Amino acid sequence: MSLKADLEMSRRGVLVGGTAVAALTTVPAEGQAPRPAPPAAMPVSLEVNGKRQTLELDTRTTLLDALREHLKLTGTKKGCDHGQCGACTVIVNGERINSCLSLAVQHQGDKVTTIEGLGSPDKLHPMQAAFVKHDGYQCGYCTPGQICSAVAVLDEIKRGVPSHVQADVGKRPTASNAEMRERMSGNICRCGAYSNILDAMTEVAGARA
Amino acid sequence: MEFTAPAETNLFDNAKVVGKSTLRIDGPLKTTGRAPYAYERHDVAPDAAYGYLVGSAVAKGRLTALDTRDAANAPGVIGIVSTLDHSAPLPTGTGNNTALFGGAEIRHYHQAIACVVAETFEQARAAAALIRPSYARVEGKFDLAAAAPSAPMAKDGSGKPDNKKLGDFDAAFASAPVKIDQRYTTPDESHAMMEPFATTAAWEGDKLTLWTANQMIAWCKSSMATILSIPKENVRAVAPYIGGGFGGKLFVRADAVVAALAARKLKRPVKVAMQRPLMVNNATHRQGTIQRIRIGAGRDGRITALAHENWSSNINGQDGENGTAQTASMYAGPNRLQANYTAQLDLPEGNAMRAPGEAVGHLALEVAIDELAEAVGMDPVELRILNEPATVPGTPEKKFSDRNLVRCLREGAARFGWDKRQAKPGTVRDGRWLVGMGVAAGYRGSPTMKSAARATLENGRVVIETDMTDIGTGSYTIIAQTAAETMGVPLAQVDVRLGDSDDPVSAGSGGQWGAASSTAGTYAVCLALRRAVGQKLGFDGDAATFTDGRVVADNRSWRLADAGNLSVTDEMNFGRFKRDFDIGTYAGHFAEVGVDRYTGEIRIRRMLAVCDAGRILNPLSARSQVIGAMVMAAGSALMEELAVDKRFGFFVNHDLAGYEVPVHADIPHQECVFLDTLDPVISPLKAKGVGELGICGPGSAVANAVYNATGIRIRDYPITLDKHLDRLPQVA
Amino acid sequence: MKSSTYERARTPAEAAAAVGRQQGAKFLAGGTNLLDLMKLEIETPTHLVDIQDLGLDRIEKTKEGGLRIGAFVSNTALSADARVRRDYAVLTRAIQAGASGQLRNKATTAGNLLQRTRCPYFYDPNMPCNKRKPGSGCAAIGGYSRQLAVVGSSDKCIATYPGDMAQAMRVLDATVETVKADGATRAIPIADFHRLPGDQPEKDNVLEAGELITAVTLPKPIGGKHFYQKVRDRASYAFALVSVAAVIQRDGSGRVSFGGVAHKPWRVAEADAALSLGAKAAAERAFAGATPTEDNRYKITLAERALASVIDQAKA
Repeated sequence: MSLKADLEMSRRGVLVGGTAVAALTTVPAEGQAPRPAPPAAMPVSLEVNGKRQTLELDTRTTLLDALREHLKLTGTKKGCDHGQCGACTVIVNGERINSCLSLAVQHQGDKVTTIEGLGSPDKLHPMQAAFVKHDGYQCGYCTPGQICSAVAVLDEIKRGVPSHVQADVGKRPTASNAEMRERMSGNICRCGAYSNILDAMTEVAGARA
Repeated sequence: MEFTAPAETNLFDNAKVVGKSTLRIDGPLKTTGRAPYAYERHDVAPDAAYGYLVGSAVAKGRLTALDTRDAANAPGVIGIVSTLDHSAPLPTGTGNNTALFGGAEIRHYHQAIACVVAETFEQARAAAALIRPSYARVEGKFDLAAAAPSAPMAKDGSGKPDNKKLGDFDAAFASAPVKIDQRYTTPDESHAMMEPFATTAAWEGDKLTLWTANQMIAWCKSSMATILSIPKENVRAVAPYIGGGFGGKLFVRADAVVAALAARKLKRPVKVAMQRPLMVNNATHRQGTIQRIRIGAGRDGRITALAHENWSSNINGQDGENGTAQTASMYAGPNRLQANYTAQLDLPEGNAMRAPGEAVGHLALEVAIDELAEAVGMDPVELRILNEPATVPGTPEKKFSDRNLVRCLREGAARFGWDKRQAKPGTVRDGRWLVGMGVAAGYRGSPTMKSAARATLENGRVVIETDMTDIGTGSYTIIAQTAAETMGVPLAQVDVRLGDSDDPVSAGSGGQWGAASSTAGTYAVCLALRRAVGQKLGFDGDAATFTDGRVVADNRSWRLADAGNLSVTDEMNFGRFKRDFDIGTYAGHFAEVGVDRYTGEIRIRRMLAVCDAGRILNPLSARSQVIGAMVMAAGSALMEELAVDKRFGFFVNHDLAGYEVPVHADIPHQECVFLDTLDPVISPLKAKGVGELGICGPGSAVANAVYNATGIRIRDYPITLDKHLDRLPQVA
Repeated sequence: MKSSTYERARTPAEAAAAVGRQQGAKFLAGGTNLLDLMKLEIETPTHLVDIQDLGLDRIEKTKEGGLRIGAFVSNTALSADARVRRDYAVLTRAIQAGASGQLRNKATTAGNLLQRTRCPYFYDPNMPCNKRKPGSGCAAIGGYSRQLAVVGSSDKCIATYPGDMAQAMRVLDATVETVKADGATRAIPIADFHRLPGDQPEKDNVLEAGELITAVTLPKPIGGKHFYQKVRDRASYAFALVSVAAVIQRDGSGRVSFGGVAHKPWRVAEADAALSLGAKAAAERAFAGATPTEDNRYKITLAERALASVIDQAKA
């Protein structure tokens, strides 16, 4: 098969070659540019787990990296950094979001709850305790995101937020097996603890009902 | 300590802790976000700079230049390590098929060519995009189907051609009244563990410490010494928590190498986490296979001839994905042929992924058996039982250590309600769903490896330290259980410290050997500690009774704490006698699926595994291992596929949106039952691993269930709706 | 990700002016797609104008009896609105079939309309892509195209619009309201909002530089039974292979839009007109002139069968 000489390799250089061997070269250097300006930075103030935090951040800093790298709250995990796994789930103003797809500067004044804010080893949140009891985790890396999501999911069901699996979206949802599985689907667990996570959530949902 | 003969009755046969369902001792840390992973070591490397990897944009060729000027000039950049800093590829470490860094040669897409280090993550990432490489691209081979016909025969574990024959297959197959001859394909798959490859590296003088995501600490230590050409004693690897591996973290990856190089060059700790979109093509994957299975049988279903041939590939033409791995141990049949071929391709490196060989081998073999059952008009459970061997079919000189596959199948059939299955496919409807049931047998070998530990008595507490890892497998807890049992203390009185190469070398986590080996090592060192306690207090430790935190010997009794502080190191070595045995784990897997008769979408309804793996050390976490593997098996059956672009030579869907793995909504409640068996050949604990058993068979049960639902046999995995849509019954 | 400055505008006009003023500026709403693409430098804004403080987070009745949905209303809030659930259930269903709970909490009405393609070659900056880099070629043609467009594509691009919400808005005949940098406003029928790739696949839609979506309006309810059937390999958190948004009346007439098949929500008047004749007749008209690849030809069959499922449910 010959190389697709007509297809350009778009960022790293331009494909200019013939059939068997093609050379890729960069865009001609335009001389040494002066050192660019420092990146934009801004002060950001957040309430994290009940505590006011003020940081001076590069505007590109995600909420996730603000938590992990600046506040050293590493319980919130970076699995993909692109909203494709759910490991970075935190609760902001009462709603769960992917903290990797949010700039910290978007959250000026927001209330953020992370896994560290739900409970501690000596004082587990009921959902954390249920995860331990039902072995709702293995490697532990997706676990903080699963737990934050699980807490928020039960709240969403309570508030009547509809879902894709409801037969009638006009009605109030219930904490059924199918509802919880659908609503938790944004949290990938490659170890495959899904069935146990559902057991943990069912127990907490039952205790609340 | 040497394990030189099958275990006799011992303390584990009267266990109080081992074998009891036990909450993970690392649970409170993991569920509260307090367990630190490799990239999160602000505690030990607070000033770590941020490294960001750059991957090759071409699959094969040479790097003719690497212009780093703009990147070096970018805000916050501290330094850059380039593959061209090295005139040749750096040496390869254990298990690496190809070099991870160094030199101008490009061997696969997204091969690491540079790492930019900056004060912040944002600065490093932005500067990495300013690296300007130039390539001379050459053609490569990326098509397994095209390369397979001329692929050379692979070598087996002992270096001989991987071609095994028994009896006369050709003659027996030719004369068999019933013949199955089918070709199956499995795609390239990705480990897709949730924690990316990540390392924090720091040098103190000429000593390197790596906090890294790695399953095999001792291999990591020696590999890094090899790659960096430094003495092994100068490397320390630490991995107390690892966010999944599934084989992908058996061997060091580029993150560790560039972090170490950058930290040395910049005289500052550096941390690197491989960005998700780079992981698939930069690191390893499970290679695709083409498998041909021929079965000759009598009309009664008895197999007379069985051939399993397998074609796969790798970047260096070695270490393919061997789908025939289980076949020699599964079904009787005197005339056999097994052959394995590995083509040379220029795709990224293929390497071990959970149950390498067996996981995809079952996807072919256990469907072929289903096809045979239909051909002879037998129930597939009964057909399997009929062909249950008395001796190891492919290696008749070996004995089975303890095999209860028939019980797994029978008990599974009873629990699953298999008697309600309609043998005629495509006959069960539930509203919009076509419903089917499937079964498969599962086999996975159960190796053991030498495993050492240190046991310390400290104010009455027992501390076990070993370089064993817990990648989610539950090692912390089963090691604690073993120590508590052997030392006669409550579980809460045991501390376990794992994943540090300064501690004694264990078996590590891989190949389903970790649980059996590391608990045996823990047992060995605890027996040594018992002897040391006896010596201190003046009794024979081997004859004493250790229970409830006390020791009773010679009609006297002590508190364990009376022995003061003691520390011993020992290891378990496994004797040659094991070579006479096929030590396996077994399962009966059952699945029920629904196929949407309109859209062809396949959804799993129920899954059951009945497993035979000797003593189950911790039924709670062992069950999790099995159901988790069943999830991965469901993924391989129904959705997982790395799509190869054969023009550019790379896996196209290289992120977690493009490479779909099962989500919560795909997985209904799963059941897992363990038989109460013991295998005295495996170890003094008579316990085998289960982490890979769980992925051997469930995917085939799902595939067979899909066929039972639709009557359409798909032999090319994953079984996606587009492959049977045009053959489903007409809709209005 | 390139460095960018950040500001929060206070009014829609101010936001539009701010983006219009500066070359390379972009609006930032939820950020769930924009940040994703910025990390890969597929999007490289130099300045971000955050629209969260513009008061565009309300859903109000229109005097025509419809709803006016603010641009910043989150997907979750829109799908959970009692009026939407009652009168525009196809919209609730479509939104809830997309992405994940976390993403829907952050993603906005305007942002979702502007969601860019998930073509894997668009997402890999090393690959030729006319949408990402005009004139560089299309690697998807002749490549891995199982999930890409079967209809309305061009020889420059076979990407699909990946969103679910817009499919429902298309059958509801929604209108996109905007304000331009100079303060002028306009209302764009949803049918005209997304473009076909043609010779300019880099243009997903008809918005001009600095033009801000302020709202999406829905006409008064049309009754009927509402469906959103999304077909995918895994059961959730996946983009559609094919989706069908439909509102079907008691007499079998109705409207249908297909997702996952084209560069825009795919609604064809002739297909709507043939709906009462059945799925085959409607799908034939919807996909007349389709140009599938070998890898995605199945989508045409799938679309027909998914529509058949919807029609059968409507009859039930």
